[in-house]
Amino acid sequence: MTTFSNTLPPGRAIGAVVLALMLGFALVGPLLVPGDPFAQSLMKSLAGPDSGAPFGYDHLGRSLWHRLAHALRLSPAIALAAVVTAGAAGLVLGTLAAARGGWVERLLMILADALMALPGLLLVLIVLAIMPGTAMGFWAGLSLVLWVEFFRLTRAATRSTLASPAVQAARLLGFRWPYVFRTHLWPEIAPLMLTAAAFGTATAIMGIAALGFVSVGMRAPTPELGLMMVELLPYWREAPMALLTPVLATFALLLGLTLLAGGQKA
Amino acid sequence: MNILISRLVQAATVAVLVGAATFAMMRSLPGDAAWRIAAGRYGYDNVNTAAADAVRAELGLGGHWFPAFTQWMGDLLRFDFGVSLVSGQPVIAEITHQLGASLWLALTAVGLSLLIGPPLGVLAGLRPGGALDRGLLVVSAALKAIPQFLMALILILVLSVQLGWLPAAGHGQARHFILPALALALGLAAVNARIARDAMASIAAMPFYHFAQWKGLSRRQVLWRHGLRNVSVPLLTYLGLQFVTLVEGVVVIESIVGWPGIGHALVHAVFARDVPMVQGTALMLGLGFVLVNALIDLAVTRIDPRGAR
Repeated sequence: MTTFSNTLPPGRAIGAVVLALMLGFALVGPLLVPGDPFAQSLMKSLAGPDSGAPFGYDHLGRSLWHRLAHALRLSPAIALAAVVTAGAAGLVLGTLAAARGGWVERLLMILADALMALPGLLLVLIVLAIMPGTAMGFWAGLSLVLWVEFFRLTRAATRSTLASPAVQAARLLGFRWPYVFRTHLWPEIAPLMLTAAAFGTATAIMGIAALGFVSVGMRAPTPELGLMMVELLPYWREAPMALLTPVLATFALLLGLTLLAGGQKA
Repeated sequence: MNILISRLVQAATVAVLVGAATFAMMRSLPGDAAWRIAAGRYGYDNVNTAAADAVRAELGLGGHWFPAFTQWMGDLLRFDFGVSLVSGQPVIAEITHQLGASLWLALTAVGLSLLIGPPLGVLAGLRPGGALDRGLLVVSAALKAIPQFLMALILILVLSVQLGWLPAAGHGQARHFILPALALALGLAAVNARIARDAMASIAAMPFYHFAQWKGLSRRQVLWRHGLRNVSVPLLTYLGLQFVTLVEGVVVIESIVGWPGIGHALVHAVFARDVPMVQGTALMLGLGFVLVNALIDLAVTRIDPRGAR
């Protein structure tokens, strides 16, 4: 992992920088300019930037700077939580399937194949209807959708590595499974997991924004990227910059993640 | 035949998953489902206890979960989806009515994406590292970072609001197709083009391809006879996997432009807690994926018989 940062390809480096900038703004922005994302002031509806709100105001006179910063905390936080859960589940089940084989593997594969056939947003919508709380629902629904990819990658990589002479030798020398996992399996899986995690985070952020945009995701007045867009859409002619703010932020966030993921996979 | 059996198993599992998920949804709805459904039927201002009780008695809400579950799955396996809780129409009639609109939209989008993506990808793959190849890489990376709903938003703002060329929403005429289909197609084409480009580049570097040129075939003949058939295999396989992306896009984009299709209906059904409709549409979409991929499996074994045993 020490050579990783030295040999980061330019595309991935740009992606990492873009992401760092976006998250830096989300965390530090509200500290630089103190303010409240929920405070309304109808006198300032759709007004331009001033010292208290560097990005101007939305239709209810709420500071876009603060709403954007909070939106950029919310979606990535849910997405990361879902990716970590899904990644852990996929890693454990994928290794289990590859190591055990037989019925365990077959059942898990059947389940994964069936989940692949269902559109992810549909599952998220159903889980949202079942779970109390929108953020929890998104976390659970997105985890349910995303683990399949981690599972498939882990299983494929583990299967070929377990059959390799190196692992057989390690087993014959009496090394236990934790050692084999650490020295032989994890180095094979880790780069795949990083790419899948970046794509998974992008998928999750897209999903939250898409459902927010069609008004079945986060509820107003929560600052959320898709919700902000649909709220500001009617005021496009009066305040194009107000609508472009969440649009450009979403684009930058997703572009950063896609570039960071690198590789050829879509 | 092996492929078909595994696809059948996949279809059965999809049905069980959808059944279990929608049953859980029915059972664990926050609030009183009877009130929700009554509100969906009569409007939020006209709901009272009598209406909610009538709905509860009619639909048999309440009681132990296990007999309800076995009955639920039994109905599902007999393709008896029941009656929409909101409109009172049979679910199957509603779905077949809406499926047509969605199918046309999806097919137009796929067709459009195939017209844009693979030709550009093949041209780029014939000259790896050329200007077209590098330009395509940048454009497709940017397009992949634009979710479908954002693409629809951008197209509506540019083509409808600013330029006034196309209607922003609506259904019925040919020109209503262009905007939603384009919003779906651009995202699909960004991926199609990359797949076609990589396949073409690797095939053009293979010895048999050089041999075909060397024995005197023109560039055009080589491409048509030896190039495109090989490119089509990964492209088709990928198209099957993209079906899920397409369906997600249809769900979102139909809601945005008010397209009277299955996705629009699904969002409304989830919103109104119309569980039989959710079940029917979810099952239809899942089985659609399995069917499309089974057909693609068969097509691929015809194009490239080497994989079949």
